[in-house]
Amino acid sequence: MSVPSPRLALRGITKAYPSVVANDDIALDVLPGEIHAVLGENGAGKSTLMKIIYGVVKPDRGTIAWEGSPVVIANPARARRLGIGMVFQHFSLFETLTVAENIALALEADRAGPGLSQRIGDVSAHYGLPLEPDRHVHTMSVGERQRVEIVRCLLQGPRLLIMDEPTSVLTPQAVEKLFETLRTLASEGCSILYISHKLDEIRALCQKATVLRAGRVTGTCDPREETSESLARMMIGGDLPRPRHAAAKAGAERLAVDHLTLPADDPFGTSLHAISLAVRAGEIVGIAGVSGNGQKELMAALSGERPVDDANAIRLDGAPVGTLDAAKRRAMGLAFVPEERLGRGAVPELSLAENALLTAHRQSMVSRGFVRSEAVRTYAEDTIRAFGVKAGGPHAAARSLSGGNLQKYIVGREIRQKPRVMIAAQPTWGVDVGAAAQIRQALIDLREAGVAVLVVSEELDELFEICDRLAVIAQGRLSEAKDIADTNAGEIGQLMAGSFVAAGPHGQRRFSPAGALGLDAEPGTGDREP
Amino acid sequence: MDQFAQLIVLTLAAGTPLVYAALGELVTEKSGVLNLGVEGMMLVGAVASFAVAATTKSPWLGVGAGILAGAAVSMIFAVLALSLMSNQVATGLALSLFGVGLSAFLGLEYVSVVIEGIRPLAVPGLSDLPIVGKLLFAHNPLVYLSLALFAAVHWFLYRTRAGLVVRAVGESPQSAHAIGYPVIAIRYMAVLFGGACSGLAGAYLAVAYTPLWVEGMTAGRGWIALALVVFATWKPWRVLAGAYLFGGVTLAQFQAQALGLEMPSQFLSMLPYVATIVVLAIISRDATTIRLNAPASLGKPFHAGA
Repeated sequence: MSVPSPRLALRGITKAYPSVVANDDIALDVLPGEIHAVLGENGAGKSTLMKIIYGVVKPDRGTIAWEGSPVVIANPARARRLGIGMVFQHFSLFETLTVAENIALALEADRAGPGLSQRIGDVSAHYGLPLEPDRHVHTMSVGERQRVEIVRCLLQGPRLLIMDEPTSVLTPQAVEKLFETLRTLASEGCSILYISHKLDEIRALCQKATVLRAGRVTGTCDPREETSESLARMMIGGDLPRPRHAAAKAGAERLAVDHLTLPADDPFGTSLHAISLAVRAGEIVGIAGVSGNGQKELMAALSGERPVDDANAIRLDGAPVGTLDAAKRRAMGLAFVPEERLGRGAVPELSLAENALLTAHRQSMVSRGFVRSEAVRTYAEDTIRAFGVKAGGPHAAARSLSGGNLQKYIVGREIRQKPRVMIAAQPTWGVDVGAAAQIRQALIDLREAGVAVLVVSEELDELFEICDRLAVIAQGRLSEAKDIADTNAGEIGQLMAGSFVAAGPHGQRRFSPAGALGLDAEPGTGDREP
Repeated sequence: MDQFAQLIVLTLAAGTPLVYAALGELVTEKSGVLNLGVEGMMLVGAVASFAVAATTKSPWLGVGAGILAGAAVSMIFAVLALSLMSNQVATGLALSLFGVGLSAFLGLEYVSVVIEGIRPLAVPGLSDLPIVGKLLFAHNPLVYLSLALFAAVHWFLYRTRAGLVVRAVGESPQSAHAIGYPVIAIRYMAVLFGGACSGLAGAYLAVAYTPLWVEGMTAGRGWIALALVVFATWKPWRVLAGAYLFGGVTLAQFQAQALGLEMPSQFLSMLPYVATIVVLAIISRDATTIRLNAPASLGKPFHAGA
């Protein structure tokens, strides 16, 4: 049996930025029909390498061969003509445009005409990625946006598909389904470059792995023959930090939500129905669920971004706060890490110090209306040091940090205000393993210190790792929180599919489990019995 | 009744320069570029068209010259703001001041020159029909052209792929670049189109509406066109409505002055501007509409290397 020639072969790819060498003499071969993992921490140069393959970034040196012949990929249009498709980590969608318009923009003009909606429907049904073509992207959750990206790529009939962290927003069941999709694609001869830091997934899916560290290839292997530990060592050059977790010793109720009902303020949003929840001092309560089931609305209500009419629906330390705005709730000891790092968690253009001032100004940063810039800088510096943030210093702009580092900074900024209640939405989304472990540990430490912690996440592994109790949100309703010891991923998966909704006291609305999971072909018609 | 028809005709005539200038600026801004030089581009268009019309005795050649002059001036802006990435606001303001000065200088010898302007349509048999004739067949040809331009811009932005690309570039130039669109080239085209439209707006004033050349004859219409685009939440229909609202109030204040209303004429002259902005500000309060229609990257320079 002869060895097939690679579909894509990179040799000596080098790309240097003023402050860092992002890629240093990278070699990479991807065979036809191969699912090839690219592993590495954030900042290891994975994204730069993918952008080079997709023609977004020009390499300083090195050659690219496509199906045996050398090519120069000058721009993404060229890459697409070669048959390279990419699902970006930071979505490249246009928020004010509809799903169909977004997809049409990425297709050649002759394929974007009439019949596109039909083809979108076909592809999304075939691969289990439901989409409403006429919906505006800005109304969609992170998970839904990713579906748009994936369908957009699949419609181009790619021969090499680059997927950047594609599973971080999917349920275990949906991940399985995506893997089936990818295996089907690969068996049809499409090569897949799969970027991830989820080692179990890579071992389950990929036939080959190239590991990057600090811009260099540190090894290639067959991940099916490796353990997660050995992969992690290649990736971070050391052992993976394991969070420790002592038994819960929960105290008084700090955050209480009592029959919170909130109509959606957006035609495409999710209404909240009689949500009740209690978080006690010294425990971590998790909320699992597929994105778009009301997490965004619940977070807006809890943080105070969207005050509710009934003050008693939300209580902090027993005091009704439903009608208070975010600043007043923060003054009472609430800390909040929003899902969107850039734009909600931090102002991209402002420096880290200025971003600290935004939420931590009560930490003696303001005196008689004047900003004490020394105190602000010290707070930022201390946060950077305490949480191991890799940044140019307190004056670096927030947008200049990688996702993981910025998230560490935001979490650190909130934690160092010594909150009584901490709410974190998707705290480790798109964050590399090292930083994610650190963030989880910080949340656990907070719990040990007697803070009430609420974590909303789409990553079940993470929730099982850090939470004491776990509730599930589906179609705007919240299940009863269960002790972690009394439940398992299978049961939570069922709840995520909405099994509790129809049986509950507010189950008058007919319900489709597939609708909550995002599995049925037409989400608009999700209100039917299974 | 005939008077009413006459009123409509005059309203459209008064609103037309705003239709041209604001539609052009709308397309420019939809691509994410804020060109505040509309007033200057209009004035240069006006003086160029008047000069050519006076020299060649052909007002239509004048219109062509106005369009070219507007586009040429906008090219200065495009090179500075798009290629050299200067601040768009500052560059646009400078362009306006430059246009005011340049047009005054070029127009020195044309002050009080009389030319034969473009006259309203006179279709034998049709234009003389009662009411209908006035309403449909007796406008200035450039008024019809402005309506055609409105239809074309609307169709282009919302029905064509090229229009979709322009909106996408204005929404997120990074994303547009990532999926392979030449952001800077597209923005050049949008700026040039805006300049051509402003030049045409000026030409309409100089060779059709008045027709004469007076220094600073646009009288702030370029600024009101800018405001119109924003308050119309970047929607062509609202731009059109706002332009005719301006035209209508302009007319009303002329009437009021003619009737000898006991009010300072300066106050009356102010009315069209105030009324247009107040009305548009009130109808454009809806945050969702703004979010859906405002180009998110407006005024921010784009650099492809990042």
